[in-house]
Amino acid sequence: MKRVAVLIQPLLALVAAFVLTTLALLSTGVSPLEAYRLIIFGAFSTPVRLSDMIMLAAPLLLCAVGLSITFTGGLYNLGVEGQMIIGAIAAMVPLRLWPDWPPLLLWLMAALSGAVGGALWALLIGVLRRYAGVSEIFAGLGMNFLAGGLALYMVLGPWRRQTSASLSGTDLLPRELWLPTIDRLRLAPAAPVIAVLALAIVWWALTQTRWGLEVRAVGLNPAASERLGIATARRMAETLAACGALAGIAGMLQVVAVHHALIPNISSGIGLLGLLVALLSRADPRWLLPIVVAFAAFTVGSIQLPLTLGIDSAIAGVLQGALVLFALATRARQ
Amino acid sequence: MDQLWIDIAAILAVAAPLVIAAMGETLSERAGVINLSLDGTMLLAAMTGFAVALNTQNLILGFAAAALVGALVAAILGVFSLTLGQSQTAVGFVLALLCTDLSSFLGAPFVRLPGPAVPFMPIPGLADLPVFGQILFRHDPVIYASFLLVPATAYLLYGTRLGLIVRALGERPAAVYARGIDVTRWRYAMLILGGALVGIAGAAFSLDLKQGWSYRHTFGSGWIVLAIVIFGGWRPLRVALGCYLFAALEIVATRSQSTLPGIPSQIIQVAPFVLMILVLALVNLASSPTVARWIATLPSVLQRPLLVVVYRLRATAPAALGQPFERP
Repeated sequence: MKRVAVLIQPLLALVAAFVLTTLALLSTGVSPLEAYRLIIFGAFSTPVRLSDMIMLAAPLLLCAVGLSITFTGGLYNLGVEGQMIIGAIAAMVPLRLWPDWPPLLLWLMAALSGAVGGALWALLIGVLRRYAGVSEIFAGLGMNFLAGGLALYMVLGPWRRQTSASLSGTDLLPRELWLPTIDRLRLAPAAPVIAVLALAIVWWALTQTRWGLEVRAVGLNPAASERLGIATARRMAETLAACGALAGIAGMLQVVAVHHALIPNISSGIGLLGLLVALLSRADPRWLLPIVVAFAAFTVGSIQLPLTLGIDSAIAGVLQGALVLFALATRARQ
Repeated sequence: MDQLWIDIAAILAVAAPLVIAAMGETLSERAGVINLSLDGTMLLAAMTGFAVALNTQNLILGFAAAALVGALVAAILGVFSLTLGQSQTAVGFVLALLCTDLSSFLGAPFVRLPGPAVPFMPIPGLADLPVFGQILFRHDPVIYASFLLVPATAYLLYGTRLGLIVRALGERPAAVYARGIDVTRWRYAMLILGGALVGIAGAAFSLDLKQGWSYRHTFGSGWIVLAIVIFGGWRPLRVALGCYLFAALEIVATRSQSTLPGIPSQIIQVAPFVLMILVLALVNLASSPTVARWIATLPSVLQRPLLVVVYRLRATAPAALGQPFERP
């Protein structure tokens, strides 16, 4: 009976999510089948869309992997979006200061600077939580808006285009500083490789090391962990810093591999989507990659909806949110 | 002087949706349930209220639809957290994102359409009073409702038997259970009532303050309201005060943008959220023993006024807030 339930419950969640999404689609008068064909298979229809999907999946996987660390440690790091933005801004610094240095060195510096920027931004949440008692939820959210304002300020202020300040972003980076990209595909193979590597390392650290064991203990019962001699506050800070660093690298990829500039909406909601992925996977690293690919495919597939069917692309978010919501219902009581 | 009274009246008007939503959230949090979906709920309710009012040309139906949406989202949160025992934080957050996207998707045909709006309705006689007339009695019905809602919420919580039950639900649900009252059922009731108010607050944006619908046009107000409830220490009068202070700062910020063009507008846009973090830190530090010890080391002339400030700022969350209730 229990085995059957394990199979049936996710199926029920899937059905419920599609029922809700279908109702929303029906209300607009378009054919749901036609819409689903685009949402689910659209990302796989042409090589360009497939590479767009991969280029979205890479930063999404980095954020989701980072968040699976903080979730394991029992924290809701809603600030991941801001950590990504700060990572992107920090990554721009070496690229703008020394554009004629060797590209490989600059990429490494951008990655390092993005990771440090994201980690420090995340640690600020830890500081606010520990020393000022501000819940990480409000600290994170507030700092997301702050980081977004900072990106907008950089784009319109100090880093504005030479011709005239534009909301569309800073001047493009010199071509040789773009992460090597396959022509006409907009695919930079290094991005997915970095993301999968991060997944492997984090999976190893969380399941195979003493550090991972302590983080899991802190997540399950911080009071008991403290009495057992685990440095609880320190572990929490480390999970935040690790997540921030990964989100910062995701932001750096957005700059050197996707937009090739800093744009105001550099994080594009990828961090928040990563939170949905982390919730759906229950921070289980084995589920991260398939969910990330599916969610990235929904988002990229739905981009064509306004042009072909005249409906808003936010339906991808409805489907993703509904999947996570109904999946939560099938979990054991807390 | 006249300009000052007009400014104060503007603050009261801008704060109206915040006050309505904050009273709703205060009610459900006092009963022990955090409705973290506020921002998404307000957007979905704002969109629905506008669409219904536009199609029926009936404002009352628009507000009713918005209240229904708010109540429905709250009921869904109730099913997942109170009945199925999932984390209120996780479910509320997912609902916030889901409702935001639903509002963008379903609201796409209504973006920037002209539509009906709540009419200006000065109260005959009272509106001509000096000062008070200008501040209090030259508004529209939604704003009058927001004035009445604050004492009504305070009376409900502190003046009635129901309020006693609600407060006990948030502080010590086991005691309520022992009195033979169904904890889960009453938590549902307060959550749904609060949700309906949050929905009405959404419609107060789209049918009154902003008069129309566009993507994400409440710009994070839901999150701000959640923080204001904490700043207000879960007490209706102080929560309302928080809303008015916040609206006042917003108006000052908009003014300073035109008088001090040196400040980049991006900074003014994110200022509310920085303020939110600082205020939460301040409220929490006021309750911390470290600060009390630090004050004790100061010269005694300073101690008294500082202690008064710290005491005023203190806020204690309902003890069982966010905790699931298991029957003993």
